[in-house]
Amino acid sequence: MKNKSLVSITDFTKEEYLRILELAAGFEAKPRQDILKGFVISTLFFEPSTRTRLSFETAINGLGGRVIGFSDSGATSASKGETLHDTIKMVSNYADLIVMRHPLEGAARLASEVSSVPIVNAGDGANQHPTQTLLDMYSILKTQGTLDKQKIFMVGDLKYGRTVHSLLQAMSLFNPTFYFISPEELKMPQAYKLHLEKMGLNFHEGKDLTEFLPEADIIYMTRVQQERFTDPIEYERVKNAYILRREMLEDCKPSMKVLHPLPRVNEIHTDVDASPHAYYFDQARNGVYVRMAILSSILGIK
Amino acid sequence: MKDKQLSVRAIKEGTVIDHIPAPALFKVVSILKLDTLDTMITIGNNLGSNKLGKKGIIKLSKVFFKDDEINKISLVAPCAKLNIIKEYDVVEKRVVEIPDEIIGLVKCVNPKCITNNEKVNSRFDVVSKTEVKLKCHYCEKITDQDNIDII
Repeated sequence: MKNKSLVSITDFTKEEYLRILELAAGFEAKPRQDILKGFVISTLFFEPSTRTRLSFETAINGLGGRVIGFSDSGATSASKGETLHDTIKMVSNYADLIVMRHPLEGAARLASEVSSVPIVNAGDGANQHPTQTLLDMYSILKTQGTLDKQKIFMVGDLKYGRTVHSLLQAMSLFNPTFYFISPEELKMPQAYKLHLEKMGLNFHEGKDLTEFLPEADIIYMTRVQQERFTDPIEYERVKNAYILRREMLEDCKPSMKVLHPLPRVNEIHTDVDASPHAYYFDQARNGVYVRMAILSSILGIK
Repeated sequence: MKDKQLSVRAIKEGTVIDHIPAPALFKVVSILKLDTLDTMITIGNNLGSNKLGKKGIIKLSKVFFKDDEINKISLVAPCAKLNIIKEYDVVEKRVVEIPDEIIGLVKCVNPKCITNNEKVNSRFDVVSKTEVKLKCHYCEKITDQDNIDII
């Protein structure tokens, strides 16, 4: 994986996913190591994302590396009209690796083609956010002991949610069964269902959140956003149907965990937080170990 | 003596691109950059065709195309036929084929794609050829047949 950019979750193979997850477990056991000493990593956030940026910077700092970058393109030459091409050309002179978040889709792929150092995509519009997918996988592996044959419920906005699309692509290599629960307007796009059919995988689709919950190994919640609806009345009608509450989890398997890419608004009621099924905050912590694993393997240290 | 007349005069040597759908004729001209040629070109359009209703035809004197050049027109003229002419005779007939990759020719349908916002060639993998589906190399969105917009 040395010097290989991570732009899309499909850039890595199954073996590479497993290697990253194994390394992440090592970092969880020993999160303070000086292995990035002497390395400079640039974090270019052309749009603000405090959560992702802090997670990357925590990972870099924990391993003794240095960070240069910006957290809002308003304060950079991009606001003067500099192209992404030129910004990346310039920064790749300074840093050993570039972590970037950009509002336009495909920006990270373009950057990886012009940069002389590897690029890690920290989100390009609604397209890809592969480090999120790897931390989701790490959370599944850690809580279920395996990635194989999981029953994964994806709930909420399955049409626009990039996290569910990438997770579907990556987990489809591990023989899962998916349950897609969403309002009609936000159903899983046909292309992803075709992908599953091609791989010979089963999936179920429905509108009712509670129906099959006792079968779940993982419930992956996403937010149903009002701006996705053309008809505001339709939004009002469905908005409460996709809120997870503690009493819904009574018949669930003891090992079942609820994941969420965060930030949460109201789609998981706060009464779930104290439940042993709640895992979303631990999931966020796992992100630091997974990003340590990604950075150190791409830099060729691990 | 034949009572029929050829609508467009025959050429001695070169390429005839036939069966171009009439509305796509000038797109073919622009894709193949025929405006930059200084050899003899005859262009006919809205000619009668049993198959297409109205068709376009381009006769290019002393011009021969490589496969990857001519295949670029397959997106707008999928059933175009090529006749290669030597000494007024058709020596070879060819059809166009949709290539596996399309670079710098089609606009990505996604307005938030980097290729629509920064000076960079669009680039697609052809994921389906029967009903054309192009997957953007950058934003990974699909541009389908109905949305193909030639740059």
